[in-house]
Amino acid sequence: MKFSKQWLGGWVPFDLSTGELCDALTNAGLEVDGVEPVAQGLDGVVVATVESVSAHPNADKLKVCRVFDGVERLTVVCGAPNVRTGMASALARVGAKLPGDVAIRKAKLRGIESSGMLCSEVELGLGEDATGIVDLEDGFGASEDALTPGRPLADALGLDDVTVDLDLTPNRGDALSIRGLAREVGLLTDQEVSRPATAPVAAATDATFPVTIENYGGCPRYLGRVITGVDVSRPVPWWLRERLRRCGLRSIDPVVDVTNYVLLELGQPMHAFDLDRLRGGVVVRDASPGESLTLLDGTEVPVGGTQEAHVYAPALLITDADGPVAIAGVMGGERSGITPSTRNVFLECAFFAPRGVAATARRYGLTTDAAHRYERGVDYALQHEAVERATALLIELVGGQPGPVVEASSERHLPTPKTVRLRKRRLDRLVGEEIAHAEVTRILDRLELAPETTGEGDDVVWTVTTPSHRFDIEREEDLVEEVLRIHGYNAITSRVPEGGLPLGRPALSDAPAAHVADVLVDLGYAEAITYSFVDAKVADVLAPTVEGIGVRNPVSSDHAEMRTSLLPGLVGALQRNLARQAERVRLFEIGQCFRICDGRLDQGMRCGGILFGPRHGQSWAHGTATTDFYDVKGDVERLAALGGRRALFEAAADAALHPGQAAALLLDGDLAGHFGRLHPEVAAALDLPAEVYCFELALDILTAQRRRAFAGLSRQPTVRRDLALIAGRDVSAAEIETVVRERVGDLLDDFRVFDIYMGEGIEPGSRSIAVGLTFQHRSRTLAEAEINKTVDDALADLKTRLGIRLR
Amino acid sequence: MDESEIANAALAAVATAADEPALDDVRVRYLGRKGEVTALLKTLGRLDPAERPAAGARINAAKRRIQDAIDARREALGKEQLERDLATDAVDVTLPGRATPPGSLHPITQTLRRIERIFVVAGYDVVSGPEIEDDYHNFEALNIPAHHPARAMHDTLYLDNGMLLRTHTSPAQIRAMETLEPPLRIICPGRVYRKDDVDASHSPMFHQVEGLVVAEEIAFADLKGTVVDFVHRFFEQDIGVRFRPSYFPFTEPSAEVDVRCVHCGGVGCRSCGYTGWLEVMGCGMVHPNVLANMGIDTERYTGFAFGFGADRLATLLYKVDDMRHFFDNELRFLRQFA
Repeated sequence: MKFSKQWLGGWVPFDLSTGELCDALTNAGLEVDGVEPVAQGLDGVVVATVESVSAHPNADKLKVCRVFDGVERLTVVCGAPNVRTGMASALARVGAKLPGDVAIRKAKLRGIESSGMLCSEVELGLGEDATGIVDLEDGFGASEDALTPGRPLADALGLDDVTVDLDLTPNRGDALSIRGLAREVGLLTDQEVSRPATAPVAAATDATFPVTIENYGGCPRYLGRVITGVDVSRPVPWWLRERLRRCGLRSIDPVVDVTNYVLLELGQPMHAFDLDRLRGGVVVRDASPGESLTLLDGTEVPVGGTQEAHVYAPALLITDADGPVAIAGVMGGERSGITPSTRNVFLECAFFAPRGVAATARRYGLTTDAAHRYERGVDYALQHEAVERATALLIELVGGQPGPVVEASSERHLPTPKTVRLRKRRLDRLVGEEIAHAEVTRILDRLELAPETTGEGDDVVWTVTTPSHRFDIEREEDLVEEVLRIHGYNAITSRVPEGGLPLGRPALSDAPAAHVADVLVDLGYAEAITYSFVDAKVADVLAPTVEGIGVRNPVSSDHAEMRTSLLPGLVGALQRNLARQAERVRLFEIGQCFRICDGRLDQGMRCGGILFGPRHGQSWAHGTATTDFYDVKGDVERLAALGGRRALFEAAADAALHPGQAAALLLDGDLAGHFGRLHPEVAAALDLPAEVYCFELALDILTAQRRRAFAGLSRQPTVRRDLALIAGRDVSAAEIETVVRERVGDLLDDFRVFDIYMGEGIEPGSRSIAVGLTFQHRSRTLAEAEINKTVDDALADLKTRLGIRLR
Repeated sequence: MDESEIANAALAAVATAADEPALDDVRVRYLGRKGEVTALLKTLGRLDPAERPAAGARINAAKRRIQDAIDARREALGKEQLERDLATDAVDVTLPGRATPPGSLHPITQTLRRIERIFVVAGYDVVSGPEIEDDYHNFEALNIPAHHPARAMHDTLYLDNGMLLRTHTSPAQIRAMETLEPPLRIICPGRVYRKDDVDASHSPMFHQVEGLVVAEEIAFADLKGTVVDFVHRFFEQDIGVRFRPSYFPFTEPSAEVDVRCVHCGGVGCRSCGYTGWLEVMGCGMVHPNVLANMGIDTERYTGFAFGFGADRLATLLYKVDDMRHFFDNELRFLRQFA
């Protein structure tokens, strides 16, 4: 909310600089978002009297004026149609710099030198009237004294003011008006609030328009008043337009300006209908299915909603015999709005219940000043005062005869004052130190909470009754906050919680997830953080059979699906880096992915990586080999070793991966995930180079740890035998190891493949595999013959089971 | 030749032996089994017994001189060889080593770790929770019923399955409390989501750390002390901190926390909007409705909660001027945090 400091000063005589006012408001919970002077660029603009006006010899539309600026008489050429002898206007002297950096210089206009410029509202940045120069005696609210020629215009018009922009929290609807702010500032500065007198305006006619409420829950009170014979063509005086401007509102027409003025001043939203365009009577009711309404701004709103939405929360409408004329508390309709031809007005001043307005405004995306206030809570005792204030202003501006105020209301449906207790003991305990009894009483009293005190010493209890303008005080803690925010948060001495708390409960059975990240960083990967919502098209290329959960209101169409895998994000990061000429990429990410498994949502953490480019960064020390399958596998092996569980690698099928270079990692039999080379077709579909490698593993399986236990140390010597085997190309190393282990059993201390050879000397379709077997017995030395027999048995098994022979 | 002549000749030969084999030749020639000194010793038997001891001593002295000279020469030759070898083996120590250069942890991860370290040493547990949440845990349990104006403060992303992306990590606290009992101290770091357009200071996805302390005598003063201590530890300097009354449905009283602008020190600059303060955190005393939803006796226990954006703190800590860098994942950016 924006407000004028000067206007507020008319309600409460505070003596604070703008900076002090802003600090006081911010420290009391009314955050100041910004401050702007209401006028700028008016140095060198003064009040001046036009002493004579004569025709310009060389131009029909220009006039030559003699202007007195308090010091001298100047010749000023002026093109405004309204310039006349004797008027007081604003003169920009030579040297002035008007808003928009318009510098005023001596200039010849069609042969006549003009020493300054007479200005319009627009040129002064004070309004939107560009039809002529300002006539300071007409509606500017300036006294005759103020209009002494030579007086700075800013001074004459009280422009030494600022617009303060408040960012109010949703609980403080009571502060959304000059009246509410005055109450707050009065308390903070210990000054009395003096509200402008508003006497009821007696009815001059007996014209009324019937009002019926069908939904009292949504509209507990509705006041209506007919004002006949208004003249809306009359100009709105500058002072009123100026106050609206300083509060961030534009002038529309006299009737709307008055309702906006009351909204700002008292916090009561109002609406004015053209009475001649209403038929029958006003009925406040819920929307019926299928109904729609064209609003003042021209948009058509399906207020009846769909059947489903209708059941959920029908919009509350103001209707007449012909249908909807306004959405209650949100915005009026086009059909019944005020126009230049309006002669008779029906003023609405109601209390609509916050919840309904909030729901409707949210559902139709309508944010208006009225809805903003109603959904936060408008003072439910304010309507009579507001309608009288609006009537008085309206008649002052556009004339007309008011009829009597018609009220439809249900006391039962209006909010009721709440009684809330504040125990001194509880207050002091929650604050952490004592706030003096008298101070608490003063604060509660000035907040119009009517505190009653009972008890003595620490047993004091204040019992308060909530006023009609506060909707946010329901329980003791709310009063603690009220007292504390006025007393000052920064006045409380800091301390830290004392002990008496148990030890922390880290998940010791798992390796910290951070270790996974640390290993990958050590392996040369940079950590990426990508969006959890991905492009469904990319996700579909990578995992065509996995269904992702859609985002109903995505930030953009390419972020419309929750990731089921880290790959889409990593692929995007790779693409971005390739576009920026990266030659070697190692990226990883750890984060939640979202999959439906057996009908249940799995949100497990996953760890994924992507590899591209040379195996090593270009260096004198390394060759230029490009990354291959065994690079990604080596990195996965490092991760697999974290938990100390038995790692098993198997060929795997994965739509995203090359069918011949895809593997699964199992840890103690649990599938951790897949890795390998991106399928060439997938890479092509994603505009990626052919050789991209990746892995993705479930973090919980990766970090699950085997509880280590000491197995003793054998003192027996080890014996190693190396075997050169010729095996078919389709026989895997793992199969060979399995056969050997099954035969040799516990005697086998280590099995390793130390050479692979294909090519000359080996028949096509086969390869030579050199394996090293290390034998050790736990308790005795192995005999040569025993080892020989074991090796022979293993070779026999390899031959019969896998067709392998010794080279 | 007598022993002294032999010795002189031998010493000369030793001095000119250019390498080990040449030196060995000298040794064999003079001291070997058939060497000249050995031959001379064999002549002792032919001498007068009275002369033998003196002659033997002279010959042995000569032998020792020769042996010493050979040893000294050998050592010198060894040293020379070593010098040559060392010179040959010298490498360019300025060339880079063979190891793979390390990668880098994302600056947000580093920031989260920094935050966790501060709290964990104070006995806080770190808990996490799902990012896809239900309305109850994200809103209802936190005292934000449907149509509450505060929902407008959370531009929520909804999913096709009727669930939503958590707008804060508070639901993780609610879930943690379903199993934990007070007294407790926990922090919940994690990703959160808002329907925000991307710009220099907004992202639809960011990271939050929320803290919760519940015990019997927890007061606003404890909250202030904890927050101030945290800010001071995090920035490693005792910068100014102020508390402003604010509003969150899940705390009462509620506060916003501002710190003195780390860029200008409070003078006012573009980063702080010329206010001298940076808003970094929301906090407050846990609302009794929320404690009750957690199954906690609100007369016996009180608590405080706080929450802040790790991304925001990371921008301040690392002087990153645009949040978009965090999620662009450009290596040129990421590597600066290695």
